[in-house]
Amino acid sequence: MASPLAQFEIKTLIPLQLGEYDISFTNSSLFMGLTVIAIMIFMIGGMRKSAMVPGRWQLSVEMCYEFVANMLQDAAGREARKYFPFIFTLFMFILFANLMGMIPYLGFTVTSHIAVTFAMAGFVFVGVTLIGLAKHGFKFFKLFVPEGAPLALMPLLVVIELVSYLSRPISLSVRLFANMVAGHTMLKVFGGFVVALGVLGVVPFVFIVALTGLELLVACLQAYVFAILTCMYLNDALHLH
Amino acid sequence: MEDRDSSSEKEPSSESLRARVRDARKAAQPKASDGVNESHAYGIAMRLVAELVSGLLVGFAIGWFLDKWFGTKPWMLIGFIFIGLGAGIFNVMRAARQIEAREARQRSEADQANSKEG
Repeated sequence: MASPLAQFEIKTLIPLQLGEYDISFTNSSLFMGLTVIAIMIFMIGGMRKSAMVPGRWQLSVEMCYEFVANMLQDAAGREARKYFPFIFTLFMFILFANLMGMIPYLGFTVTSHIAVTFAMAGFVFVGVTLIGLAKHGFKFFKLFVPEGAPLALMPLLVVIELVSYLSRPISLSVRLFANMVAGHTMLKVFGGFVVALGVLGVVPFVFIVALTGLELLVACLQAYVFAILTCMYLNDALHLH
Repeated sequence: MEDRDSSSEKEPSSESLRARVRDARKAAQPKASDGVNESHAYGIAMRLVAELVSGLLVGFAIGWFLDKWFGTKPWMLIGFIFIGLGAGIFNVMRAARQIEAREARQRSEADQANSKEG
């Protein structure tokens, strides 16, 4: 029986070498590409007619748009409107990558690799910090100085605030990655039980059905969480407390 | 056979359509924010755990690297693990406050919508 972790294995499809680095086209790259293509089909196909009274497809595209737009508005205010394209891209990419991973047998979950999620979280972190610095200049560092704290505790609190700020990309990336890995591993483990238990395998099979539903929900929820936390960080950078 | 009847009627004006969309949305609003459901709680739990653990991890990493640079093994590591833990707890408290504030706002909005209707 295959290991429950075998599904996360990176397989090289087209070996490529650039100087010292291995930049092979892998199954992960393939699924990233497929994710982008799927999003493009979904968006462009849905808005092709852009009818006054939307059909089902157009309506779902518009719902995605409005959902992200409202989320950004609620969490980061009006000024954050200009970052909408980035947040929307991020949300759609994670959502589709997670859902692609739910395709039985063929699916590969791009977001189950910390390299991928940390690259996204690191990009958000650096971007948000630069936006904050560009907007507030030196005053941005007030973010690390808690208001109304006694002077004696100040050095300690500033270090704690700094560590807490630095932990943002870690928590952002680990959350997404851990959720995807845990869910998919659990599915595989219970899948193994179905085979091993023979007739009694009906019990874990029923469980898997429920678990698949939960995983679909987690796939959407985690995309939402990643996007809304990005909005909140953006809010901190735009309006210092 | 034909499931779209709007094409046979006259084209709805954008004004009336907007009003209808607004009404439909208002009707759907209170239902959407009816209390806390289970999936939501699961999301919150995951969020808080990640917040706590990541603070600790960053503290550990900073301490480890500082020890390496200054050769002060293991004091920086010990100190920064505690600072990281503190940062993690800070983060959890902040996240919990944010979630609470958002939920309170949603609840008051839902109440307003309800009172306007009835």
